[in-house]
Amino acid sequence: MKKILVVVLLMFFAVACKGKSSSLEQRVSGGADNEIAYGDAVVEGTIGEPTILIPMLASDSASHNVSGLIFNGLVKYDTDLSVIGDLAESWDISKDGLVITFHLRKGVKWADGVEFSADDVMFGYKTIIDEKTPSAYKEDFLQVKKAEVLDKYTFRVTYEKPFAPALTTWGSLIILPKHLLEGKDITKTEFARNPIGLGPYKLSKWVPDQELILESYKDYFEGRPYIDRYIYKRIPDPATMFLMLRTGEIDTMGLTPLQFTKQTETDYFRKNFNKYRYPAFQYTHMAFNLKHPFFKDKRVRQAIAHAIDKSELVDVVLFGLGSPATGPYVPNTWPYNPDVKKYEYNLEKARQLLKEAGWEYANGDGLLHKDGRPFKFTILTNTGNKLRENTATIIQWRLAKIGIKVEIRKLEWSTFVNQFIDKKRFEAVILGWSISLDPDQYDIWHSSKTREKELNFISFSNPEVDELLEKGRRTFDIEGRKKAYFRIQEILAEEVPYIFLYVPDATPIVSARIKGIKPSPIGISYNLPKWYVPKKLQRNTLEP
Amino acid sequence: MSNYSLSSLIWKRFRKNKLAMAGGIIVSILVVVAVFAPVFSPYDPGDIDRTHILVPPDIHHPFGTDDLGRDVLSRMIWGSRISLAVGFVAVGIATVIGLFFGALAGYYGGWSERIIMRFIDIMLTIPTFFLILAVIAFIEPSIWNIMIVIGLTSWMGVARLVRAEFLSLKEREYVLAARALGASDFRIIFRHIMINSMAPVLVSAVLGIAGAVLVESALSFLGIGVQPPTPSWGNILTLGKDNIEIAWWLSVFPGLAILITVLGYNLLGEGVRDSIDPRLWDTVRK
Amino acid sequence: MLKYLVKRLFEMIPTLLGITIISFFIIHLAPGKPTDVFSELNPKITPEARERLEKYYGLDKPVIVQYGLWLKRVVQFDFGESFSTDRRPVMQKIWDKKQPVTERKLFITFMLNLFEMVIIFLVAIPIGIFSATHRDSLYDRIATVSVFIGFAIPSFWLALLLMMLFGVYLDWLPVSGLKSMNYDSLSLGPKLLDRLRHLILPVFVASFGGLAGLSRYMRSSMLEVIRQDYVTVARAKGLPEKIVIYRHAFRNALLPLITLLGLSVPGLIGGSVIFENIFGIPGMGQLFYNGVMGRDYPLIMGILTIGAILTLIGNLLADIGYMLADPRIRAK
Repeated sequence: MKKILVVVLLMFFAVACKGKSSSLEQRVSGGADNEIAYGDAVVEGTIGEPTILIPMLASDSASHNVSGLIFNGLVKYDTDLSVIGDLAESWDISKDGLVITFHLRKGVKWADGVEFSADDVMFGYKTIIDEKTPSAYKEDFLQVKKAEVLDKYTFRVTYEKPFAPALTTWGSLIILPKHLLEGKDITKTEFARNPIGLGPYKLSKWVPDQELILESYKDYFEGRPYIDRYIYKRIPDPATMFLMLRTGEIDTMGLTPLQFTKQTETDYFRKNFNKYRYPAFQYTHMAFNLKHPFFKDKRVRQAIAHAIDKSELVDVVLFGLGSPATGPYVPNTWPYNPDVKKYEYNLEKARQLLKEAGWEYANGDGLLHKDGRPFKFTILTNTGNKLRENTATIIQWRLAKIGIKVEIRKLEWSTFVNQFIDKKRFEAVILGWSISLDPDQYDIWHSSKTREKELNFISFSNPEVDELLEKGRRTFDIEGRKKAYFRIQEILAEEVPYIFLYVPDATPIVSARIKGIKPSPIGISYNLPKWYVPKKLQRNTLEP
Repeated sequence: MSNYSLSSLIWKRFRKNKLAMAGGIIVSILVVVAVFAPVFSPYDPGDIDRTHILVPPDIHHPFGTDDLGRDVLSRMIWGSRISLAVGFVAVGIATVIGLFFGALAGYYGGWSERIIMRFIDIMLTIPTFFLILAVIAFIEPSIWNIMIVIGLTSWMGVARLVRAEFLSLKEREYVLAARALGASDFRIIFRHIMINSMAPVLVSAVLGIAGAVLVESALSFLGIGVQPPTPSWGNILTLGKDNIEIAWWLSVFPGLAILITVLGYNLLGEGVRDSIDPRLWDTVRK
Repeated sequence: MLKYLVKRLFEMIPTLLGITIISFFIIHLAPGKPTDVFSELNPKITPEARERLEKYYGLDKPVIVQYGLWLKRVVQFDFGESFSTDRRPVMQKIWDKKQPVTERKLFITFMLNLFEMVIIFLVAIPIGIFSATHRDSLYDRIATVSVFIGFAIPSFWLALLLMMLFGVYLDWLPVSGLKSMNYDSLSLGPKLLDRLRHLILPVFVASFGGLAGLSRYMRSSMLEVIRQDYVTVARAKGLPEKIVIYRHAFRNALLPLITLLGLSVPGLIGGSVIFENIFGIPGMGQLFYNGVMGRDYPLIMGILTIGAILTLIGNLLADIGYMLADPRIRAK
């Protein structure tokens, strides 16, 4: 049940987590009796705990995973990446693309029995654009010029200018029960920890730091989910989580690359579990502060790109479970341009470029110098992400070979973002972006988005890119958009504001007793309400 | 007895104590390894090798390799420097503070003694490990900060010891004589009393090093001590925990190194204590 | 005896004050105003939250008044609001009244520590006595060596090894948490068994270091007592050795141990950070660790203060125990 998460999120996954995308691998084990049945509970191990269960306020993956099962959107992605109706039965788009009219499903009920209506959509929209609502996803909704409730089941929005991602923004971020929240301060309400939704599951019990139990919503509008309970068990580290997977205490988790390639290649795991692997919709990169004197010069950035061996990163950090990244899009999606300039690992070229930029070996300390300053800089990254730590360590080691000394500093996430990213107090950072299915990345690359707390924190500024970004979001024709985004990728490859490092694979594993999983380009969890455990295999059944 | 000077007597006694000698040897080896780390370590501890990731111990890598293909033996050899440095610096700080407060309380007595002893009681009441973690949350975790924080939270034992020594020594004849001759407090404290109370302080310092090594490794293990990629034994153990199912060598070797090191300091400390304890000297004379 | 107890209670007050002063000092350790650090470091702090914080610390007032205000709240166990994204009051995180008692963090940590103390006591004493009464025997030597190793072994390493052995290779014991998934569906007997299985490793590992220390002290304490005149007299009277040891020597050897046990409380509580982290136990130690990682200052200060109070209580209990065991004090 993966809802559309339209906006680009700063990524903070400790391990690759379930995401959207195309499936490559599945081991099918023979279950004896595969008849669909209600019952049983699925236990998922998670590292992070949800913080807030109101989707528009949440910014971490754990919160979105849980709230995604409690709330639905107007639209969602189908397995072929096309947009289909969710709470909206259908919609009309005006010829100029500026007006969208949603026709809502009738008879959908919130978990407390009140019927869902267009007023709830309106309420959600008004809440998210309210300046007092601290939502990271506001921007897309500020594009709306006018929103109207035409009748109980019809909702219409009108955009000021053409906005290509418009339809996809009406995912699960936006719908809130008006009858419960009207007139309340959304940042303070108990609702955030005790939500009433209309999705396939509802919150039944939440013991902080331990477990969160979801119970199936019997009157879910697409039919009662087969699995009675979905349980998130918080286990703070991947090694322990894996042990619990093996002892059967949990049914599913995101495997680390090592666990995927080595630890689960046994008969026991083949028999009792199914593994899945597909490219996650995210990439890891090293970003330069373009205001920093060292990195103003394009040749320096290109030299560093030549000194980093991306295939080594994929091999060592990801155990081969991923691919080198070349730009801000994921391979095998329509905006991805495979033919951009690539920087092969070549120390000679790197040294040459640095020499041209004025960096020379001096005074015998083995470091490059320019104007009497040694080439030293610090890479910042966040704590708790082993993959990024290892990436930083490898880059540090590689750059030492061309006379650049790198320090690594790990910072706790909120400190990292508020003190260093937002205030532009960094030289280089290793971070990841989780990307949306729509290619609009205006917020990340446009030169107007460089103020504090905005996402172009590296101060990238390129008039042609600005123009193309504008064009890309104002064009509905896919070929036209593709052209714009292809060109953007060419420019980014030449300019190297980021070094695009790799696209990791998502590598979930699920107990073999759970049937009905159909891997797709958007991952495995999109049809979670249709997962089931045949009666004979049910394990966690207990009193109602 | 007249054939022996005091120091040779202590040495003789120390040598007879097999466990103490073992401790001395362990500590000496540690010092040598740490000082000559570049000579002993077969590889550069930072060298990453994509073709040798998590290789079990073999001839080329006697202690195996880690998750970046780095040689564990080399990293442990370099890690011994951290262990050594933290032990000595932290205990150095603790000893200086302890000497200061202990001497103040023991020599002058009165309200300064009462305040200091109360302060010590309070410090002993706060779980030290909590206190260290709390302080580290406010500052940057780095090897220097770790040393300082451990030092600042472990001086209480020394202070108590020094105070007790001062209480008994300040009434001795030679001190009274020095005072009668008009020696300054400063001179009496440093020249007469402190010198004579050094032996037990030394013992507690050696034992304190053992404690500091344990605390540092625990902090590094929890990820708030020495920061990777700087190799330290605690860091390698963290990797051991992450890979508990497939790489036993990441857990076993660094843990053993800590165990042996701490054991070495403890044995050495106990040995020194026994050797300088006059009550036990008669056994040497035989 | 009551008088003594009251006296001890009064003596605790300055200590308690001292603890709060140290805590207060740590808050002011960070450069700038506490609220600066707080609001700079945390994205979720809105202007109103900042205002509330300033009010909480009374920053416009002189330091001594600030301390007074802060103390007044701490005495009521009000440590303010956590900085983590859920923004719950610190005290609610430590002692969540909405959860059953057995799920509350403080309770979990407290019970674990209590368990550990009991086990240390029950195991260390017989070992110590046996070592003392069989001095220089093979058994005594083994015990001595074990004690040295027990002192030197990093407890988290021991935890790792045992997890590897019992959890991974033998697969006998659970390695994480306090109860199994299906715990709620079990009947009372299996419930207890389940808890027990989860507790074996953490309690064993956490007790190990203390065990070494205490048994060592018990041994020397016992040796000391055996040399005393009244034991010699008892022996001379022809009393059986067992009675001499257990009736006469034992009680007197026990006295210094009780004090020691009280002193070991801060170590045990501090250790819970490590064990709860390794074994995934959702107690106060883990909460503290998460607080440190997330720079959740109110939470850190709250747990620090509570940890100190627990230690004080431990000391007081040790005092009472001492009184009960020592006829000289009891007589007063």
